[in-house]
Amino acid sequence: MNLKLKVWRQKNAQSEGKIVDYEAQNIPADASFLEMLDILNEQLQAKGEEPVVFDHDCREGICGACSLTINGIAHGPSATTTCQLYMRHFKDGQTIFIEPFRARAFPVVRDLMVNRSALDRIQRAGGFITARVGSAQDANSILVPKKDADRAMEAAACIQCGACVASCPNASAMLFVGAKVTHFASLPQGQPERQQRVLQMVRKMDEEGFGNCSNHYECEAVCPANIPISVIGQLNRDYPAALVKDSVV
Amino acid sequence: MSVLDSKIPAGPLEKKWEKHKFESKLINPANKRKYEVIIVGSGLAGASAAASLAELGFKVKCFCYQDSPRRAHSIAAQGGINAAKNYQNDGDSVFRLFYDTIKGGDFRAREANVYRLAEISANIIDQCVAQGVPFAREYGGLLANRSFGGAQVSRTFYARGQTGQQLLLGAYSSLNRQIALGNVEMFPRTEMLDLVIVDGHAKGIVTRDMVTGAVQTYAADCVVLASGGYGNVFYLSTNAKGCNVTATYRAHKKGAFFANPCYTQIHPTCIPVSGDYQSKLTLMSESLRNDGRVWAPKNKGEKRPPQQIPEAERDYFLERKYPSFGNLAPRDISSRSAKQVCDEGRGVGESGLGVYLDFEESIKRLGENTVRERYGNLFEIYEQITGDDAYKTPMRIFPAVHYTMGGLWVDYDLMSNVPGLFVLGEANFSDHGANRLGASALMQGLADGYFVIPSTIGNYLTHQLGKRPSVDHPEFKKAEADVRARTSRLLGIKGRRTVDSFHRELGLLMWDLCGMARSEKSLQRALSRIPSLREEFWQNVNVTGGNEELNQSLEKAGRVADFLEFGELMCLDALERKESCGGHFREEFQTPDGEALRNDQEFAHVAAWEYTGPNSKPVRHTEDLQFENVHLATRSYK
Ligand SMILES: Cc1cc2nc3c(=O)[nH]c(=O)nc-3n(C[C@H](O)[C@H](O)[C@H](O)COP(=O)(O)OP(=O)(O)OC[C@H]3O[C@@H](n4cnc5c(N)ncnc54)[C@H](O)[C@@H]3O)c2cc1C
Ligand code: FES
Repeated sequence: MNLKLKVWRQKNAQSEGKIVDYEAQNIPADASFLEMLDILNEQLQAKGEEPVVFDHDCREGICGACSLTINGIAHGPSATTTCQLYMRHFKDGQTIFIEPFRARAFPVVRDLMVNRSALDRIQRAGGFITARVGSAQDANSILVPKKDADRAMEAAACIQCGACVASCPNASAMLFVGAKVTHFASLPQGQPERQQRVLQMVRKMDEEGFGNCSNHYECEAVCPANIPISVIGQLNRDYPAALVKDSVV
Repeated sequence: MSVLDSKIPAGPLEKKWEKHKFESKLINPANKRKYEVIIVGSGLAGASAAASLAELGFKVKCFCYQDSPRRAHSIAAQGGINAAKNYQNDGDSVFRLFYDTIKGGDFRAREANVYRLAEISANIIDQCVAQGVPFAREYGGLLANRSFGGAQVSRTFYARGQTGQQLLLGAYSSLNRQIALGNVEMFPRTEMLDLVIVDGHAKGIVTRDMVTGAVQTYAADCVVLASGGYGNVFYLSTNAKGCNVTATYRAHKKGAFFANPCYTQIHPTCIPVSGDYQSKLTLMSESLRNDGRVWAPKNKGEKRPPQQIPEAERDYFLERKYPSFGNLAPRDISSRSAKQVCDEGRGVGESGLGVYLDFEESIKRLGENTVRERYGNLFEIYEQITGDDAYKTPMRIFPAVHYTMGGLWVDYDLMSNVPGLFVLGEANFSDHGANRLGASALMQGLADGYFVIPSTIGNYLTHQLGKRPSVDHPEFKKAEADVRARTSRLLGIKGRRTVDSFHRELGLLMWDLCGMARSEKSLQRALSRIPSLREEFWQNVNVTGGNEELNQSLEKAGRVADFLEFGELMCLDALERKESCGGHFREEFQTPDGEALRNDQEFAHVAAWEYTGPNSKPVRHTEDLQFENVHLATRSYK
């Protein structure tokens, strides 16, 4: 198939960007979206032009590196990561807009690549259980009901791609933070640091310039890891509870 | 005597590690702060090492090429992690895991290392659970297990089909905690381009900031490489696109011996190649073989869709050839069997390069829901890629490059022959011999990082207090200048072919001539073609853009340049190893029924290659392998 591409090009964080038109020709329907860009890049380089920069690594939908806004939707039309989107979802002759994930907290690095290190910093603020190597007890001495383990796993499946932020009108990171909080809050091991964790992560989230949640649910719709919106409910319960306890102490 | 001293502790197998830990040098807490450790890699091995060493008090700098340490390739591991917990009471033990690993590796791994790995395996699960890794559970709250290839017990722990992700997130969270405490300084989007040796010791690295292009040097008291495997030498593999041999290969050029580079693992269950635009291959976890049955049509050139092929005309070839292990035969054997079937013209799919993995029977037995619960995300991935629904029609699978058992040579302390250079995880050669069993790489990466290196690093560091050079040392300046010169050279060629086109050509060549089966003839051909391809690369590659900017074309060019040298070393190693063992199958050496034929008399050793300069043949050193606790026997899974 042949496609008309409108691609965001931006030299670096300091410079201005703009949409540039390209034609992608003879694209197989079984190629992935990123393979379509590979083909475009081969063609550009053959002409001595610089290839379009985008983040990617695993190309299996698990590392969370790929991050394109396709026709206005984070990761495009199917509820997967960009790398798991296949060209059979597009029509011959279609025009496709390709832009980076947009959010105040995600500055553009180059072209379609953004800086999502704010999400790492939020985790650093409290997204862990303090467990010193060498002092763990036998794994089966901590019993976790299957229901709780499944709930923890469901939340822990987050791939930190940032699509939730990019799709939110307020660029909120509540789904992301809610997922972390829910993962640990569902497990007995996560209880001792539960309050401190939620307070510190939320504080960091605000500091990093993410917006608030005003219930648009776009995040849940685009999330390739199927993180449910209920994790935001968990966050909204745990945070005020932690604030109260914190002020009592 | 061999120049390679493995430093395996004396004494009975079960006591070696305990005794060695006791005899290892401790560093007093006040002094630990005075040591700096560089760690290249933030996968399971690198992240767990960084977190553990920082927790002990060392000052750590950790580097990775992704934008976040959590995206290291370990994140993609699906199926599980082994541990000799014997929670299922099915006869597992440390010795059995040890034995299975030695046998699975076709008797080409070191007994002492493997035994230690099996011993530590149980601690890993404890550690991960304490960190909050959400392993699968039974209804009573106990941990659940499944089986993997090459084993008859259920010892694999898993977190849906995302075990690597969850284990890495556990290590990443511990790493984060240490970063927040100021004990680890993290350098994402930073690629190591050279190792710096001062007075024969590894004392630093040269890096390129992948955003600004700045070339920098860092000094430390020792350097730990945990940079993963080199499967991407084949271009198409199940590895992430960025996986590379650069860190280990450049260390090799600075004196570190490369061990058994020809040992590569071809995984039996991957989605077949669909076209020449294809950029990578996708694994369908081996855990699927617990419930899926592998078959091919009995007739050549069969054109009917699978559902219309009657039972009597199907060949469940693994069950037929290996009745006691059946679909759970080890990877090398399963892959080769699939290749044989396709070579006979019985392969399925358009290219004829595929066999079926069929769930019909288990769906009947267990119900679709149970199958969905066990493998749902894998079925989804399969459908996204191929457009087929595997609940209704069997998956089509074909072997693909997956893992590399070879790596930098290390001793029992995980130190290479270069003092001060430690190597962990897939980057070293140590534990899997000629074939790795499923769910054992995650185990090894975490064993190395959480438990081995924290105990052994002191043996080197105690003698190094106050010896850390400054980055103004001439060796640092020289290494930095070399990196800059190489970059300018790559950018200055301005030829007519893209970097990827060279990578694809090399990959195809390696797959055809040094892939699932090799012969003296094919290897000789590879050895004559690689140098000319390399020469063409250095004359005709087109690397666009400049150095002082984000330049993905330049990043790839540097990696492909290394693969173009490394591929030759692989073929050389494959040529010199005149036997078949594990993943290394030489057509000249096979039994009448097509199984690998080892030659224990001449090749029960590790081959470790020394770099001797750009135009001279590398030197092959050997380390003899002693088998005192398991009997050297022909592997049988029949
Ligand atoms: C699809 C797939 C599924 C798998 N499933 C399983 C499984 O179920 N069970 C199992 O046991 N094993 C599995 N494996 C194997 C296992 O995942 C890997 O062997 C293991 O994760 C490797 O871990 P590592 O820490 O050694 O390296 P990696 O996780 O590969 O990490 C390498 C690190 O080094 C960094 N790096 C590399 N080069 C440089 C450089 N030049 N400069 C700076 N940084 C650099 C990278 O950024 C990264 O942080 C699977 C592998 C694949 C491909
Ligand atoms: S490239 Fe890893 S999730 Fe898309």
